[in-house]
Amino acid sequence: MKRVYANEKWCLGCHLCEYYCAYANSGKSDMVKALRGKKIYPRIRVEGDDKITYAVSCRHCSDPLCVKSCITGALHIEDGVVCIDRDRCVGCLTCILVCPYGAVVRGEGGVVQKCELCLKNAVGSPACVLGCPNQALVFEER
Amino acid sequence: MAISYIFPEFEVVRNFDRCITCRVCERQCSNGVHSYDEDGKVMLADESKCVDCQRCVALCPTRALKIVKNDCTFREDANWSGATIKEIYKQAESGGVLLSSMGNPQPLPVYWDRILINASQVTNPSIDPLREPMETKVFLGKKADDIRRGPDGELICDLPPQLELSMPVMFSAMSFGSISYNAHESLARAATELGILYNTGEGGLHEDFYRFGKNTIVQVASGRFGVHEAYLNAGAAIEIKMGQGAKPGIGGHLPGKKIVGEVSRTRMIPEGTDAISPAPHHDIYSIEDLRQLVYSLKEATQHKKPVIVKVAAVHNIAAIASGIARSGADIIAIDGFRGGTGAAPTRIRDNVGIPIELALAAVDQRLRDEGIRNNVSLVAGGSIRSASDVVKAVALGADTCYIGTAALMALGCHLCRSCHTGKCNWGIATQRLELVRRLNPDIGTRRLVNLLTAWKHEIAEMMGGMGINSIEALRGNRLMLRGVNMTEKELEILGISHAGE
Repeated sequence: MKRVYANEKWCLGCHLCEYYCAYANSGKSDMVKALRGKKIYPRIRVEGDDKITYAVSCRHCSDPLCVKSCITGALHIEDGVVCIDRDRCVGCLTCILVCPYGAVVRGEGGVVQKCELCLKNAVGSPACVLGCPNQALVFEER
Repeated sequence: MAISYIFPEFEVVRNFDRCITCRVCERQCSNGVHSYDEDGKVMLADESKCVDCQRCVALCPTRALKIVKNDCTFREDANWSGATIKEIYKQAESGGVLLSSMGNPQPLPVYWDRILINASQVTNPSIDPLREPMETKVFLGKKADDIRRGPDGELICDLPPQLELSMPVMFSAMSFGSISYNAHESLARAATELGILYNTGEGGLHEDFYRFGKNTIVQVASGRFGVHEAYLNAGAAIEIKMGQGAKPGIGGHLPGKKIVGEVSRTRMIPEGTDAISPAPHHDIYSIEDLRQLVYSLKEATQHKKPVIVKVAAVHNIAAIASGIARSGADIIAIDGFRGGTGAAPTRIRDNVGIPIELALAAVDQRLRDEGIRNNVSLVAGGSIRSASDVVKAVALGADTCYIGTAALMALGCHLCRSCHTGKCNWGIATQRLELVRRLNPDIGTRRLVNLLTAWKHEIAEMMGGMGINSIEALRGNRLMLRGVNMTEKELEILGISHAGE
């Protein structure tokens, strides 16, 4: 299955992936309208220090702990992609506790959100990868 | 000093209605122009630090930024231009020699733009390069004057070593040190993919790049940095650098702060020491001396590699080239006064040397007149900007062209002319790791290959229009050129007729 992979060698720490992610999942047709003056809740996060940086998002594990631990069944797998049904999430945050990558985060409004590879928004393929200026993020089969 | 008389050259114009304060501008500016004000939740800018490299503009996701020329005006007149006034103030503040990067920006004539190319109409057919074969391949090196046969009638094939290029363009010398590892890797990989050559410049060859040897020209310059036997044998050809178009008569100086890690190892000098290339080669004071170096290098490489001698285009270039052609060199590279540089004294860059167009035409003519044109191939460099410049250069007599600035622009260079600061925001003219990382060689290689693939199509298109189907048939074919807006003398030197003639 194609997944988003980070190559820390080329990551500039510019954080653009976070903004493209937030925009892609905003449902708005214009980036300014979607993000100006707002706190963003991206599903990908740039981590690191002043020497090395890399972007972390859901690994879409084949046997995901988050899905196993979800008490309402909100987290589930669709064609290998770990998805969340936000209407079923009660915000118990167990998934955040168990995810070894810290890739599940609390979104706006208290329920959990996570990377769904932009398959459910208008972009159709990961916006972070499309927006990365240095190919530090790739969407490929490995 | 209490106040500076110099106002910022550029203005940072931010459309606050579009700014989403993602701070990418702040994170990407190595000059520290942008900053975020926590209290007001807005981006601020200190435009006095801006060099107009356009990095922030290119990365701003909402196109909220533009950099414009500051229209604040000195009391200029025809004699005292704003630039001259600014230079006076700058020197009065610093007491130093003015330094600049990239090529001569002065409004001196660009002869390429005054030369027009011919096309076939009615009486001779033009060729459609999409349907018919079009040969853009060139071979560089000493050519035989006649066909010779042995006693048995067999052809004697002892042609001196030749370089084969898929098109008449090569990447000119830019040292590892003046440009980054990733820029070098991009050039090397692109040259390999394109079937052309790139040039190490005077900085030695990084051990990782020996694998691109078949597409590498290794340079030997006056500082002899990084030169050893394996280095000489690593490349396809050896270039002796006598001069550089941007700074004829001047040596080089790579500041100690750029001599770090790999650069120091590759140059074979201690970290932190300035790499100073003397103005002359201290062992070359005559053509005979040059001949000794040419043959020393040939001996060191078993006479298997052509030797290039690179000179800056200066007043007596035709006579100089004639001497070089007799020194045993296989190829002469001439670098015009618009050639780029990582750092040069401004006065030298802007006032020394001559245009490549005139130098090239004069050299080609002189070598023909003396019957030694076949002794050498000619390479023209010093601001070749497009495929049409290449076609015009070939028609004026060049075998191939060197491009440096155009190649760097493909890699992201925005001609901000600040290479000497070492803070290149595009990861090209810098050794700071966090900046070098910004140039991913996968992207760089692709952009270089794209540029030259496009040029190759355009060259074929222009040649086809003239009814010419090979570079070989275009070389020195000055009948294909006409001049406009030139004096008799200029036309005479270029060896072309005026348009309408």
